[in-house]
Amino acid sequence: MLSRRIIPCLDVREGRTTKGIKFKNNVDIGDPVEMAKLYYEQGADEIVFYDITASHEKRDIMIDVVRRVAETIFIPFSVGGGIRTVEDMRAVLLAGAEKVSVNSAAVKNPEIIRHGAEAFGNQCVVLGMDVKQVAVSETIPSGYEIVINGGRKHMGMDAVQWALKAQELGAGEICLNSIDADGMKTGYEVTLTRLISEAVSIPVIASGGAGKPEHLREVLTEGKADAALIASMVHYGDYTVPGIKSYLHEAGVKVRNRW
Amino acid sequence: MIAIIDYEAGNLTSVERAIRSLGRDCVVTSDAQTIRDAERVIFPGVGQAGSAMASLARSELSTVIRDVYASGRPFMGICLGTQIILSHSEEYDTDCLNLLEGEVKAFPPQMKDNEGSRLKIPHMGWNRIHPVGSHPILEGISDEDEFYFVHSYYPAPIHREDVVAECTYGFTFPVMLGHKNLISTQFHPEKSGKAGLTILENFCRWEPC
Repeated sequence: MLSRRIIPCLDVREGRTTKGIKFKNNVDIGDPVEMAKLYYEQGADEIVFYDITASHEKRDIMIDVVRRVAETIFIPFSVGGGIRTVEDMRAVLLAGAEKVSVNSAAVKNPEIIRHGAEAFGNQCVVLGMDVKQVAVSETIPSGYEIVINGGRKHMGMDAVQWALKAQELGAGEICLNSIDADGMKTGYEVTLTRLISEAVSIPVIASGGAGKPEHLREVLTEGKADAALIASMVHYGDYTVPGIKSYLHEAGVKVRNRW
Repeated sequence: MIAIIDYEAGNLTSVERAIRSLGRDCVVTSDAQTIRDAERVIFPGVGQAGSAMASLARSELSTVIRDVYASGRPFMGICLGTQIILSHSEEYDTDCLNLLEGEVKAFPPQMKDNEGSRLKIPHMGWNRIHPVGSHPILEGISDEDEFYFVHSYYPAPIHREDVVAECTYGFTFPVMLGHKNLISTQFHPEKSGKAGLTILENFCRWEPC
């Protein structure tokens, strides 16, 4: 049986890892290559890099990080943030990433998913979704709306419908981030995660809100997530990847426990 | 020198980097002579069977691959490279290389786990493998080790003796094939941490008899 994946996420700004709350107040917390190596050695199943600089001028710095990470760790890793074109996708994949995630660019132009999947295969294309809970309405029947710009801009799109459309266009995986829960350490949005995971047939990575191992257990069982993203809970040393995995193993969640 | 066959089927740098991390010399190449001269050959690939076979036919690499296999030199297929060594793939109804007799099949839709939840396709993530008999490529690998998979089709060789290891996801299916000097893995050893690197190291040392 497949193991549930535990995925540390590194926000990278100008070649350094940072962490903020609700996309604000970013502080430097280390070298992304060193951090990726540590998490790899500690049994992380995958790593996600999110380039929060996301400007074309700074893109080369991120490509260099990707190249150095690829020489250092031998597990899959993905890169997201500021991916706007198929050429952007090609650059990070050629530098050594397994997958690339698109978020706001896909909201504005869904065809980028299809073009990416045709060029590199579905397994390379991850749809990143930022989601906020709103009142149920005709346009948002699930009560969960797609937002961009760190939650500042509401797009009038229903999260479940968007997930299904992205899957049809060729997305191989969904990374589902709850803007309401992000950085709050109060737990993942379990209801939202289950809703999306049961609607689609591709894997779903839950993101936003992890504060303790119990939160991962919740989202990987009740939330039906295939994988869980973690950030501050491991970046600051409150918990470790092996510690979280051993908790999950004892709680009956299948995780990879040899590395 | 190890040749990694480049036939426009996905990004091969991760295979190259993994081999180099073991201190082994390798080259990613589509040059027929370089592949023919290599001590060992790796045949990776990500993507779909139809376009991969078309690319191999265009470049005449299919002939080179058959010759390398016939020469007895160690030959390793990875992911798509473990599928298109069989006779035929259900993916776009593609005739394949037929180094081993067998079919590449799609996972059945609506597979369920023990609790009745739908299993996602592709089979993406880490899973254990169950060896069928013993093979030098599995030296140092334990039953607890897990490997990274990403695939929507699986290899189904006709001859049971060509199966080196299996995996369970909804049902049990072959994920490592072996015959004479050929070994292949459906999973990505280059992305499977230390256990994967062990498999690659074993391949680098393997002297098929």
